[in-house]
Amino acid sequence: MKNTAILTLGVGAAMFATAAYAGMVDDIKKRGELICGVTTGLAGFAAPNDKGEWAGFDVDICRAVAAGVLGDSMKVKFVPTTGKSRFPTLQSGEVDMLARNTTWTFDRDVKLGFEFAGVNFYDGQGFMVRKDLGVKSALELDGATVCVATGSTTELNLGDYFRANNMKYVPVVFEKSDEIRAGYIAGRCDAYTTDRSGLAAQRSQMPNPDAHVVLPEVISKEPLGPLVRHGDNQWGDVVRWTLNVLIIAEEKGLTSANVDGMKGSTNDPEVKRLLGMEGEYGARLGLPNDWALNIIKQVGNYSETYERNIGPNTPIGLTRGVNAAWNKGGILYSPPFR
Amino acid sequence: MAVAEGGVKPGKASFLYDARIRAIVYQVIMAGAVVMFFAWLTMNTLDNLEQRGIASGFGFLNHPAGFGVPFSLIEYTEASPYRTVFILGVLNTLFVSFVGIILATIVGFTLGVMRLSKNYLISRIAAVYLETFRNIPLLLQILFWYIGVLQLMPQQRSSIIIFDNVFVNNRGIFYPALKAEPGFMAVPIAFLVGIVATFILRGWVKRRRDATGQGFPTVWAGLGLIFGLPIIAALVTGLPWTWSLPRLQGFGFKGGSVIIPEFLALLLALTIYTAAFIGEIVRAGIQAVSHGQTEAAHALGIKPGTTLRLVIIPQAMRIIIPPLISQYLNLVKNSSLAPAIGYPEMTQVWAGTVLNQSGQALECIAMVMGTYCIISLSISGVMNWYNARVALVGR
Amino acid sequence: MSQTDFGETQAVFTPKPDLPPPAITVGIIGWVRGNLLPDWFNGAMTVLALIGLYFVIPPVVNWALLDAHFVGDSRKACKPNVQIVRDQVVTQATMPDGSTMEVTTSADRIVVPEGVVPNVRWERRMVEGVVRGKGREYAKVVVEKDVVIEGACWVFVGVRFDQFIYGFYPKSERWRPTVVIGIGLLMIIYMLTDGLPHRGRVAMFLLIPFPVIAFFMFSGGVMGMPHVDNSKWGGLVLTIIISSVAITGALPLGVALALGRRSQMPIIRWFCIIVIEFFRSVPMITILFMALVVLPLFLPPGTSFDQLLRVLIGVTIFIAAYTAEVVRGGLAALPTGQYEAANALGLGYWKMMRLIILPQALRIMIPAIVSLFIGIFKDTTLVQIVGLNDLLTMVQLAVTDAQWIGLSKEGYFFCGFVFFIFCFSMSRYSMYLERKLHTGH
Repeated sequence: MKNTAILTLGVGAAMFATAAYAGMVDDIKKRGELICGVTTGLAGFAAPNDKGEWAGFDVDICRAVAAGVLGDSMKVKFVPTTGKSRFPTLQSGEVDMLARNTTWTFDRDVKLGFEFAGVNFYDGQGFMVRKDLGVKSALELDGATVCVATGSTTELNLGDYFRANNMKYVPVVFEKSDEIRAGYIAGRCDAYTTDRSGLAAQRSQMPNPDAHVVLPEVISKEPLGPLVRHGDNQWGDVVRWTLNVLIIAEEKGLTSANVDGMKGSTNDPEVKRLLGMEGEYGARLGLPNDWALNIIKQVGNYSETYERNIGPNTPIGLTRGVNAAWNKGGILYSPPFR
Repeated sequence: MAVAEGGVKPGKASFLYDARIRAIVYQVIMAGAVVMFFAWLTMNTLDNLEQRGIASGFGFLNHPAGFGVPFSLIEYTEASPYRTVFILGVLNTLFVSFVGIILATIVGFTLGVMRLSKNYLISRIAAVYLETFRNIPLLLQILFWYIGVLQLMPQQRSSIIIFDNVFVNNRGIFYPALKAEPGFMAVPIAFLVGIVATFILRGWVKRRRDATGQGFPTVWAGLGLIFGLPIIAALVTGLPWTWSLPRLQGFGFKGGSVIIPEFLALLLALTIYTAAFIGEIVRAGIQAVSHGQTEAAHALGIKPGTTLRLVIIPQAMRIIIPPLISQYLNLVKNSSLAPAIGYPEMTQVWAGTVLNQSGQALECIAMVMGTYCIISLSISGVMNWYNARVALVGR
Repeated sequence: MSQTDFGETQAVFTPKPDLPPPAITVGIIGWVRGNLLPDWFNGAMTVLALIGLYFVIPPVVNWALLDAHFVGDSRKACKPNVQIVRDQVVTQATMPDGSTMEVTTSADRIVVPEGVVPNVRWERRMVEGVVRGKGREYAKVVVEKDVVIEGACWVFVGVRFDQFIYGFYPKSERWRPTVVIGIGLLMIIYMLTDGLPHRGRVAMFLLIPFPVIAFFMFSGGVMGMPHVDNSKWGGLVLTIIISSVAITGALPLGVALALGRRSQMPIIRWFCIIVIEFFRSVPMITILFMALVVLPLFLPPGTSFDQLLRVLIGVTIFIAAYTAEVVRGGLAALPTGQYEAANALGLGYWKMMRLIILPQALRIMIPAIVSLFIGIFKDTTLVQIVGLNDLLTMVQLAVTDAQWIGLSKEGYFFCGFVFFIFCFSMSRYSMYLERKLHTGH
């Protein structure tokens, strides 16, 4: 009897082919969906609302990009990331961009291989304490127990600040912002430190917001903005100019309500270029010419998303401060659209 | 059935049927595949690192860490380098594991004996404990203790005060600390001498018992040596320490020492969870000793307590120890759940904070995994040594 | 029977009926004496245990059942509906230095508004408190006041129940996971029931085509079912998915590793030993971290895959190492006669394994595999660390929700209860099997 002996090799030939690196914009169009990394939940910036839809100031950046690229601000898949997982998630290509109150620093821009598309919120680190402690300044916090998010620039600034002022502190670290809030409410720590916008957001979520006060000291510069991976400059440009569109739209008085009307009536050449009536600006980004129109119509201008999510009339209650437009006393400024 | 064409003559089978050659072929293919796979991984990794501009290597170990740590057994400040953070993490892992192992063993043995008690109530209580805590995930238990219990302790100002000097609140347990003064080293030295003397005594008692059959209260004598000698040493040197008492001042307690809630929650959960498994192991081990042994001992007129100590336990230990050691190993591995509550052990500080701050993912994960491998292999080494020893004396 | 004549006297033994056992050894009294008070030591232990139980059981039962709130749809349902009046009282406060001073402080008094049926109990207690004196000093006061007795707020679990079970899976599509898991469970029960026909075929179906069908049911995008992205999968359903996939994948992998470890070929044997021992000596959380941050580095630049998939791969390989040890135990437990007999029949290695060894070994291993599965089921809670929303994560999200803050106990109790029900019933099944196997020999 003869059998054909077959050596079945369990070892499949490994696939050595590297995936072709098509442009991100085309990838997203093909996919029909933008994948955007956000926080695991920070009120006002990114959190699922009652209907389970993501909403917030950072979420609106993602929605604006989706409106520009896909023409529909709802075509976004949100991937919640923690302080630990956000960078690997972006590096591995699991998300197209990160809009997750991330501070722009040299290391992150250069060493981690990211490209920051600009700043959507100028922030600084502060401290929040219970009012009944009677503390008026961060310099009185010597010996305090401080709650802080692990793996953040916040953690390092905290160390620097106390060291520079020759004070002692006991850190209590948590991974997620809602865990920190719960710990702070329970009295595990005297002070809670993070970006001041974050403090305001967290305060709004507390049972008795008025019992807590944000101390006046700002101990760091925290320019927060969306970021993408190195390697696809066109995609970086799309995100950068989406952010700029929001800022220019506010400067020019374009809102989601009036943008269609303005399209017919405006004589401002920059607005004409922005709305795709003059020149082929969208095409240069690989986008339809009415991309900016879609962004403004579906998401609104910078001021609209600010007021809707974190402005004085929301529970977060942040005034514009330095985040006002440059011609209104702030430092928010977009390069010209030409 | 295929028709044999030409036929292969017996004894001259195709080389493909030669088991030895086949084995070599299989192994060469296997080795090749493994090598290729790792080469592929390495290539990808290098590509990725280059593309992302991540510098690899362990140079970052000397950079200052810059962040604070709530609990440390060694000198640590924000200016300390990353390598100190690593040592700190490893020590904290070993510390919580060590204390956990001791407590879990005590609780576990108690439960195992309780489970076998003739007392219905006691045996039921043990059974409920074993079944409940074995079947609830450890992470849930850690979070329950931390968030559900310890965070709900009173605030600092309204601490629960025990004996005027121990304060329990939601920042931890504050207790008086011992401050050593010159001459203090005599006490720990006396303690060590006591332990060594106990072992020597035990050897002598055993030899004497084997020779003459006479008993000796080893346990009491041993306890006397281990605790008596340090007390004598302390008295002789004139109580060479002062107490630092915790007192509420400013933001918190000054003086004394503190057990932080993160440590306590992890320790409680690890102890309670592991004790449930140990209890089951002890029960099974004692039950596995044939009942005839007890009866024979009783027939010889040996007292029940002595029977348990000299007949049952030595035989049960042989069955108990191997699974017991793997429970110890599990406890060490389970201490890695600390990131959930922020106790700064190895996984939390190294695979969490430092990995994030330095961006050296590969190096950090490799160091953590490597350390766990070393710990595990050492513990299994001890187990193998014990097994071999038991097998030798086995009659 | 022949009667022996002993002369005039004839003794016939007529047994008298047994005396009833003494009252103290039967009935309740006997049971108590035998089981609770056999000697003074046990008597003391019983008393101690009873005291301990008295301090544990009534408060827990009161909190969880008697004082608990079950109906409602918001936090309000659990808020006391009685009025708390703050009375001002003058009392003596003790300063830290031991001196006393007179202070005015508030003492709560509970008033039931008219027409309201109080939904809570309260009692008058002496409560120790602190008042702030001058500067940073604090003085102690003891006041008598009404204190509301806290009960569990199960309303919270009721409101969030759907999320705990399904995560963020869209409401209209939730029948899909329900159907898949239901069918899977039915098939497992069928497979494990003795004496039903075609159990092997059901097992094969469960192992190979079923996971594929299940995937399409969960994910959708076919047959008119809308696509549900796996970032929306969560809750108990995700816990079940991860643990089932892990054990299904780990079984074949574990068998392969175990066979490799017993192989005569040194390279293969050593490779398997290293893989098994490595994965058994590191904690699962490091594997998850690796899947999260290191795995992307190992793949060619530009490729990426899903977080859930990465976690599944990591967990499967991890569990496979443990499965391999279980399989090795099963193989070792088989009498060598089985191997020798198979060899004597002229069966080759694979035929011997497939037809003789593995079917027997796997049967012996079932209890150990069930225990392993219990372990995986509990360990899936770790995936919260990499950002997946399993049951425990959903509970944690809910307890940190501002609206429900402070209800962590309820959340954890519920979560623990669900895990306990699953794990306990599985462990009972495993013990039953073990007993059955033992009597079989």
